[in-house]
Amino acid sequence: MADQKQIADEELGPSPVIAPGYTFGRVTDQIASVVLTRRTPVFWVACFSAGFSLLLLFLWAVALLFAKGVGIWGIMIPVGWGFAITNFVWWIGIGHAGTLISAILLLLNQAWRNSINRFAEAMTLFAVACAGMFPLLHMGRPWLFYWMFPYPNTMGVQPQFRSPLVWDVFAVSTYATVSFMFWFVGLLPDLATLRDRARNRIARFVYGILAMGWRGSARHWMNHEMASLLLAGLATPLVLSVHTVVSFDFTVAIVPGWHSTFFPPYFVAGAIYSGFAMVLVLAIPLRWVYGLQGLITDQHLENSAKVMLATGLIVGYAYILESFTAWYSGNVYETAAIWHRMTGPYAGAYWFLITCNIVAPQMLWFKRVRTKPIFLFCASLVVLVGMWLERFVIIVSSLAQDYLVSSWRVFHPTRWDWATYVGTIGLFTFLFFLFIRLLPMISIFEVRTLLPQAKVEEETEG
Amino acid sequence: MKPPIYGVMAEFDNPTSLVNAAREARARGYRKLDAYSPFPIEELSEALHLPKSKLPLIVLIGGILGGLTGYLMQYYVTVIYFPINVAGRPLHSWPMYIVITFELTILFAALSAVFGLLGLCGLPMPYHPTFNVPRFALASRNRFFLCIEARDPLFDRQATEAFLESLDAREVSEVAH
Repeated sequence: MADQKQIADEELGPSPVIAPGYTFGRVTDQIASVVLTRRTPVFWVACFSAGFSLLLLFLWAVALLFAKGVGIWGIMIPVGWGFAITNFVWWIGIGHAGTLISAILLLLNQAWRNSINRFAEAMTLFAVACAGMFPLLHMGRPWLFYWMFPYPNTMGVQPQFRSPLVWDVFAVSTYATVSFMFWFVGLLPDLATLRDRARNRIARFVYGILAMGWRGSARHWMNHEMASLLLAGLATPLVLSVHTVVSFDFTVAIVPGWHSTFFPPYFVAGAIYSGFAMVLVLAIPLRWVYGLQGLITDQHLENSAKVMLATGLIVGYAYILESFTAWYSGNVYETAAIWHRMTGPYAGAYWFLITCNIVAPQMLWFKRVRTKPIFLFCASLVVLVGMWLERFVIIVSSLAQDYLVSSWRVFHPTRWDWATYVGTIGLFTFLFFLFIRLLPMISIFEVRTLLPQAKVEEETEG
Repeated sequence: MKPPIYGVMAEFDNPTSLVNAAREARARGYRKLDAYSPFPIEELSEALHLPKSKLPLIVLIGGILGGLTGYLMQYYVTVIYFPINVAGRPLHSWPMYIVITFELTILFAALSAVFGLLGLCGLPMPYHPTFNVPRFALASRNRFFLCIEARDPLFDRQATEAFLESLDAREVSEVAH
């Protein structure tokens, strides 16, 4: 038997995506030990505490918002959307990379995704949770949020189904639900692993309940594979539709700078761009702290960097096209909107975003940059800042200066705008580090399938 | 009458031995078999002659129901229950229904995929006899198991155990109820 295994190893060679020398046992133990140990790394405590502090800031800002209303923010007429919708679009875009990695790369048979899809999906989930906060808080009376759903009511009114804002409610809530289910279905076999490996009785009980009695039977696996494939097939058009619908919030309006047909692909590309940046910002420190370089290899980082470069170029193309269309349309308002962006009160933000999103990522053409995690980490932070500014400039500059010069007003964020925004970064960090500590951050069973030993040797069957 | 034990279970080191053992057991005429592994093994379904998964059909039905729900809900609200006349435009404005119809199709299909998966696997299942084998905890780590259940007409406690031992198994154990 041992000889057979050796032959198998020699013939197939080391798996291209996972460092050589891993066995089923070692993969399981290394990933599960992050969760099942009593020792918590200082890095985790530091990040979790930072996240928790910012979460408290968020709760403070929200409590004040509930008490006083949206007047504590800098929003006014004509800039009614301000930071809230900027943050909403930014967060939801970040979530998109998780679904792209878990669903689209699964359909495309990209095996390298197997060691980053779990935490990327978790990232999606938490990013959507942060995104969902903003439209709710922006409503002014968030406790009446259920008015957005069609339900029989004594007021005798119903939502306007011809409005993109109502489409958004359906798109985002479907996206959150499907992302959660996809994540949970993937977790099921790993929860069973944790149940079987946990020493602590409470942990064993909790993981046991969550694993629902999964026992890795061939019948289970067959249906599980089918479910993953079907969910991936459903999530793929869904993820593209979500940011498309988000972009409809803008394009369906007649505000100059918004009313344009190329927004859907432009938004989706931007979403994936910022999402991969977030994946790298999370993966690079994590693999270093937990010693997971053998599972999340330099190749994973390089591939993500390539996706970032590609989507970054699409975004760059969109900026060029945006200016070109404004000029070519001959429409005085469209031209003025772009001109205001480039030279008006938001010119600083505009040129800074061009630097962050178009100029800086050109570094990723060089292999030396793509294979140096520290450079990648910095580049990703730059992209995240750039993408946030992009959302801000699109939303605020278009609203601040539209058709009527007499109604122009410049938006200034207040400290509570910043507190709410930074607070959701805290919420995200808090949830994400809780996830790192309590659930396996890398899909254990999918990494097992990447090992050369996982192949069944047909010739031995005789 | 309930058989005295649930079945006998053999433990293997690698997926190849498990698949070969499953094929061998099928060839011997055993039918009530199940294999347990720490990751999906494509060849196992074929070795065990598992019927095709019914999940795609369930998801298709879920998706169609979702699409119908989405469309009819919007039709009912905008045309019958709460019609709003906007400059005489038609109430049945189907192009505007596309997004929500699409979203609900996906939502219902995904929900039926997840609940269909749980239903077809018989989960949640708080108790299963296989967990009585202490080494079965390794089925979620690095070991591969084949269980011949006592319900099988060919099952015979001694003969089946002897057969499994002949299959290059690491260990063969009885599974209590």
